[in-house]
Amino acid sequence: MSLLDIQDLRLSFNLWSGPVNVLHGISLRIGKGERVALVGESGSGKSVTARIVLGLLQEMRGAQISGRIGFDGTDLASLAPRDRRDLRGREMSMIFQDPTSSLNPVFRIGRQFHEVLRRGQPSIDAAAAREIAKKVLAEVSIEQPDRVLDNYAFQLSGGMNQRVMIAMALANRPKLLLADEPGTALDVTVQAQTLRLMHQLVSDHGTAVLFISHNLGVVREFADRTYVIYRGRIVESGPTAMVFENPAHAYTRALMAAQPRLTGGGLPEIADRDGAFSDPAFHHGVQA
Amino acid sequence: MKRILHILAANPLTLCGAVLVLLVVMAALLADVIAPYPEHAGAVVDFVNFNKPPSSTYLFGTDLVGRDLFSRILYAYRISLLLGVVVLAVAVPVGVALGLMAGYLSGWCEYLIMRVTDVFLSIPPLVLAMSIMGVLEPTLINGMLAVTAMWWPWYTRLVYNIVRGEKVEGYVLAAEVIGASRTHTMFREILPNCLPAIVTKMTLDFGFVILIVSSLSFLGLGVQPPTPDLGSMVADGAKYLPDSWWLSVFPGLAILVAVFGFNLIGDGLRDILGADT
Repeated sequence: MSLLDIQDLRLSFNLWSGPVNVLHGISLRIGKGERVALVGESGSGKSVTARIVLGLLQEMRGAQISGRIGFDGTDLASLAPRDRRDLRGREMSMIFQDPTSSLNPVFRIGRQFHEVLRRGQPSIDAAAAREIAKKVLAEVSIEQPDRVLDNYAFQLSGGMNQRVMIAMALANRPKLLLADEPGTALDVTVQAQTLRLMHQLVSDHGTAVLFISHNLGVVREFADRTYVIYRGRIVESGPTAMVFENPAHAYTRALMAAQPRLTGGGLPEIADRDGAFSDPAFHHGVQA
Repeated sequence: MKRILHILAANPLTLCGAVLVLLVVMAALLADVIAPYPEHAGAVVDFVNFNKPPSSTYLFGTDLVGRDLFSRILYAYRISLLLGVVVLAVAVPVGVALGLMAGYLSGWCEYLIMRVTDVFLSIPPLVLAMSIMGVLEPTLINGMLAVTAMWWPWYTRLVYNIVRGEKVEGYVLAAEVIGASRTHTMFREILPNCLPAIVTKMTLDFGFVILIVSSLSFLGLGVQPPTPDLGSMVADGAKYLPDSWWLSVFPGLAILVAVFGFNLIGDGLRDILGADT
């Protein structure tokens, strides 16, 4: 059984000028412990999909959502906002683009860790939380957890903050981790390092990951399966290797061609819009 | 403590403000000890020594019924500071809570709160306080009420603007994502980030509250005699300028010292805390 099962998810925003359609029927599935990537250009609907899974957009007025989102056997739409909130931070958590701004600037890391752990165990005291925090920080290769816990976010480097965020996101052992372009704000080597750590941690804990990115190189290394999203539609999906080696959809091919190459040669000329980009979706092999 | 001393030493103007404020606070707290004629704070009449210029017996001279001005100024500070504390203690929490709600919750709550705030802000503060005092009986409590009523909207607007900026920050989203409640996000995540601006504004405002309260009593709408008040003392003496200059100059200087002191501290805090108000 799959952990996350999205079927025909549609989203539109009601504006004064009329409805704006953002998602036109997204379907995707993530199995338990599976790493799935959602790739696409800016504005294609990657991040709103993640926000809907978390139940953040449902609370926004003007957002019209239809379709089924099944999480671990329950239909998210059938849950009261309160119960949806209970899932966040316990069953699912998220990592953001910019780790430094994701930490509250006026509190020490240790205190924020305590808040996070309280979501999982409401009665935990500061000392016990600190012990757990030290353990999970050690898991993300932070060598002096005590020092880090007594620091503020601005005193740590971007890479350190990213690791702290990963440790926090996984501290309550969630079943699903949503990673929204993690580390895009960091430089490439630090990004690679933290992603490797994250990769190892989620494999160890059996956490499923929805990895949202426009960085194809990272996706290729990280994800078991890949969905390609274009203008609110899934255009191609399948095991990562197959999508990358044998892109079947015109848009996927254009996306692959747009990758800068180490050998240089500049970027190829690709049309911004192409009729073929709207072709029906292509699925590689059997759907997991 | 060491850090505070270090900061003060590096900012002579702030230090100057701190000294002035300390003097004013000490004067108010220790009025019973310092004042040479504590009984002159009330309705005492001494026609033998009325309207005396400053001398060694009467440091700041005496008023028209022979009361020692120095003693009365010390007691007047007490009233002014009390008013400042009470006004801010009521207006700031109310204004801050409303600003947080308006900024974070948005929707009808935002419109309601901010439009009411705008109505209050559109009336010149002194006029608003005067009209409230004009309707009500001029007592100390009503004075506090009037000044408080005109004070909270400034905090609502200040906090509202900060919250609008903070709520798109990553840490707010991160808190929502781990399932923090709205109350938690508002008061435990966003509020601490507004504190530098709030504290700075409070320090600056302390001086202004003293000024406004004095203005009200200058106009006869504030604290009533025989309770000593800086504003009414200036008003009483103004009729006898320039001959009996000490009657209004010393209370006026007293207002100046207090307001100036709080303003210097506020400016210093703004630099130290890096807050923009």
